Amino acid sequence: MHVSTTPAIELDGVSFAYRGGPPALEDISLSVEQGAFVGIAGPNGGGKTTLLRLALGLERPASGSVRVFGQAPGARGGPRVGYLAQRAQLLSGTPVTVRELVEAGRLAVRGPFGPLRTADRTAVAYAIERVGLADRAGSPLRTLSGGMQQRAYIAKALATEPMLLALDEPTTGVDAESQESLAALLAELRGELGVTILYVSHEFGAVEHVVSRLVLVRRRIVFDGAPAELPALWHDPSHLH
Amino acid sequence: MLDLEFMRIAFAVGAVVGVLAPAVGFFLVERRQSLVGDGLGHVAFAGVAAGYLLDVSPVLTALAFAVTGALAIEWLRSRGGTAGDQALALVFYTGIALGIVLVSAADRLDVGLFQFLFGSILTVTWSDLWVVLALGLTSLGAIAFLYRGLVGAVLDEEGSRVAGVRVGLMNTTVAVLAALTVGISMRIVGILLIAALMVLPVFAAQRVAWSLRSTLGLAMGFGLGSVLAGLALSYYGNLPPGGTIVLLAAGASVAALLVGPLARGR
Repeated sequence: MHVSTTPAIELDGVSFAYRGGPPALEDISLSVEQGAFVGIAGPNGGGKTTLLRLALGLERPASGSVRVFGQAPGARGGPRVGYLAQRAQLLSGTPVTVRELVEAGRLAVRGPFGPLRTADRTAVAYAIERVGLADRAGSPLRTLSGGMQQRAYIAKALATEPMLLALDEPTTGVDAESQESLAALLAELRGELGVTILYVSHEFGAVEHVVSRLVLVRRRIVFDGAPAELPALWHDPSHLH
Repeated sequence: MLDLEFMRIAFAVGAVVGVLAPAVGFFLVERRQSLVGDGLGHVAFAGVAAGYLLDVSPVLTALAFAVTGALAIEWLRSRGGTAGDQALALVFYTGIALGIVLVSAADRLDVGLFQFLFGSILTVTWSDLWVVLALGLTSLGAIAFLYRGLVGAVLDEEGSRVAGVRVGLMNTTVAVLAALTVGISMRIVGILLIAALMVLPVFAAQRVAWSLRSTLGLAMGFGLGSVLAGLALSYYGNLPPGGTIVLLAAGASVAALLVGPLARGR
């Protein structure tokens, strides 16, 4: 069987600073193989979210290069990416149902013009069912618990039929039980779909046992390896402060 | 009432405005830009004044000014390094100041100007109707065609960007649609009150709706109902149509606020 050797993510000598601020990341080089489940951890302000945003093309590096499946991030017709932003939540007073939220995930597949087709509706229904919210598909998101809302956002990312799933602090404000069940769901999805997963979190305890690789970021990469290789002291991310 | 030609024209224009204003306002409210319509109204005021000064149709100059103002707000917000409310303030105050200077230069601080400011049934003409129908139906068609992209940009701007959607194009589309709505609505509702018709029906719908789509549909229904009932009331009661329409929309909002908790208990 031919397996592509093109890395899912490749950052080469990337540095970045927000306008007028100190360097957020310096000389980052990182290569993530396809199908990997990588946890990106580190202290708040350490640059892990910035690293993810650079990989998604939401920020441009001051120096160095970024490639996603061999292409510039955000390139038209490029690899499909399911993205769950940090503290994703709806701010307006409008009741948005789970199905409506997940349908927005089809933008990556169908584009923004015209109505959804039958295949899109099938993909949306599958994504909702996959995260265990089939019986709440028509419910407004605001009537669901924090854990269920996060699952709805995961379903939105799944509806993109992603090659890369990028999750930024997906368990913020979610109870420990929901964190564990989310980690298990992600491990299942990786097994079923072969999707590459980047999981950013400052509290990586819940996914430590399911990620294949852990990257600790504090402006630079200070650790990159299997979770089991992490020095015991560093299991407490506050150590990095 | 409907045997009078000017009332038939007013109802036809009102029907388009009543549906379009909340449909565009829906996206403004969702983007937390409820006051953009107000700012564009003031820019349209400068456009009306320019029309008087240049002796061309004030409706056309108001449309041109409003679209330019909308593009300026969007550019300042997205690329000019300016916060949304600051961009709005800059365009808002420039518009009203320019309007005052131009009106003074044209020496037209008269009843004709007040009809644009507060709305008037009597001033709506056949040519206004054709402009409103053409621009209004085109705008509604654009919303239907771009609905998923517009909603995606509202729900999750960065997620849409990552998905390859040209979010800047979506935001600019909403800004231009808002400007067109202001331009074609000012004859009926008036420049000073058009923003209310874009926002209040959405506010009312949010309180009783059960989904995104139902919010949009109910907002358009509240808008249409407010305009048609407001025009009828203003005819029989000899009231200014803009104020009457907006008071009805405000009443619907208050009623929805009271009924909302019951509706959510479904």
